[in-house]
Amino acid sequence: MIPVNWYLYLALALFAIGLFGFVGRRNVIIMLLSIEIMLNAANVALAALGTKMQDVTGHILVFFVIAVAAAEAAIGLSLVVLLYKRFREVHMDEVRMLKG
Amino acid sequence: MPFSLLNLKAVSPEIFLILLASFMVLADRVIAVKDLFFWIALVGTALAWWLCRGVVGMHFVAYNADAYGFFLKTVFLLSLFLSVLISPVYADRERFHFGEYYGLLFFAVCGMMFMASGMDLLVIYLGLELMSLSIYVLVALGWRDARSLEGALKYFLLGSLASAFLVMGLALIYGLTGSIALPQIAHALTGKTSLPVVMAIVFFLVALGFKVAMVPFHMWVPDAYEGAPTPVTAFMSVAAKAAGFAAIGRIFLLAFAPAHIAWSQLLIPFAVLTMFVGSILTVVQTNIKRLLAYSSVTHAGYILLGIIAGTKESLSAAMLYLLIYAFMNIGAFGVVVLLQKESGVGEDIFEYQGLSKLYPLPALFMLIFLFSLTGIPPTAGFIGKFYLFRSVVHAGYTGLAVLAVLASVIAAYPYLRIVMLMYMKDPEREISLAPSPSLWVALTLSALGVILIGLYPGSLLSSALYSVF
Repeated sequence: MIPVNWYLYLALALFAIGLFGFVGRRNVIIMLLSIEIMLNAANVALAALGTKMQDVTGHILVFFVIAVAAAEAAIGLSLVVLLYKRFREVHMDEVRMLKG
Repeated sequence: MPFSLLNLKAVSPEIFLILLASFMVLADRVIAVKDLFFWIALVGTALAWWLCRGVVGMHFVAYNADAYGFFLKTVFLLSLFLSVLISPVYADRERFHFGEYYGLLFFAVCGMMFMASGMDLLVIYLGLELMSLSIYVLVALGWRDARSLEGALKYFLLGSLASAFLVMGLALIYGLTGSIALPQIAHALTGKTSLPVVMAIVFFLVALGFKVAMVPFHMWVPDAYEGAPTPVTAFMSVAAKAAGFAAIGRIFLLAFAPAHIAWSQLLIPFAVLTMFVGSILTVVQTNIKRLLAYSSVTHAGYILLGIIAGTKESLSAAMLYLLIYAFMNIGAFGVVVLLQKESGVGEDIFEYQGLSKLYPLPALFMLIFLFSLTGIPPTAGFIGKFYLFRSVVHAGYTGLAVLAVLASVIAAYPYLRIVMLMYMKDPEREISLAPSPSLWVALTLSALGVILIGLYPGSLLSSALYSVF
């Protein structure tokens, strides 16, 4: 039996990787991917904790988070499509009209 | 608790809003007269408020339709009502005047209502997502203008990052307390403020700080506010902010109440930064939407003080401030909409030069709203600031109140500069208006609200005090 702490370390590591990817990369699709990684980090933690505590709440939360992540991805990708149509580019550095 | 229809009665306003929003999105195909949606939205908002009033006091496990929720729902529905009123002409011109626009506004308000009344982190999280996802789309509605697309994209990316933080905080709290219900969390945290608890609180602080535009998580605010269609900016600047504070009030003052000392110490530097960065950056803005965006950052800082103090009095003062902010900020954006005859026009503050000579009435409206945002008596803004800062002093944070007054002195300059431009300069260029009857109604209502609350704050003040949980 793997102790629950290991899962939590894994979750925090995944979260950190996602955050690093979000901050470090300027490609919008990679940034969206990084957010997915962060959400899945939370899912790992929730599933592990739910199993540890013999409590179904954690597992139910995972399903809700997955559903919301899907909705978020739908909106994010449609924005990326609009962006590509407009600038022929999905890079944040190209999108710089607002300043100040 | 067994699942029965009786339980669902407490959420009847939200069910009504979801049904109406779905209807407006679906019926858009068959209804050609788009003004019909405008009227449906107005009547629907009024009906939703009436339903909210009817369910006050009902609750079940994860949802509590208490007086606190009702007060904030009034703020959301009021800002929805005023934003709908200022929409038609602008939406026609920018070609997004269809059912989905009003439908999305309703979905967003529904999410906010869940945030204000949720007694469970899951309900608050889902409400926050429903609100945020709807508003991302609303900001992108003006996508023909590249600025709208850019604002939406930045708002979306940073907002999603914030919600990832919220989910991670939720997982941590669930692991630490074994529950996601707010009262149980408070019970489990009593007397145990360990390092992991503080870490979980930081995750929530980051997530909700994004939503209420707390410095240093405010980077999206000016871009999203400038890029969004102006009626949407008016709506999100008030309602989304009020919803964020509603959730902060519930989570921090209820679930995290045992750790109040820890998180209030953590929040104080953020609140001070928010007030000063907001007010100093407002000074250098020349685009009126950006200026009002930074001013909204400053106002978020004031309201944060009410949360930090954490007394009944200060929370009620913060709630009253949100209500007053709805009137004055949507009013100010209403004048901006009035001056936007074409897209992109009427955003530079120098276009307000000499407005009083050409159009005395819009200039007078703008004067009232700007005086109120500055906090000059007898407007409501003064009353809001006065009670808020007084409650902060009563809670023992005198230094913070002094800093808040200093910040509002700095923030007075940009507002009064516009007043000076309108009244003391001669017009240099042609200004044309884009009036509509509903816009005048919205401006009159907001101005009346600002002045009447300024003159007779007593009854609202006592109802805010009564509403605190």
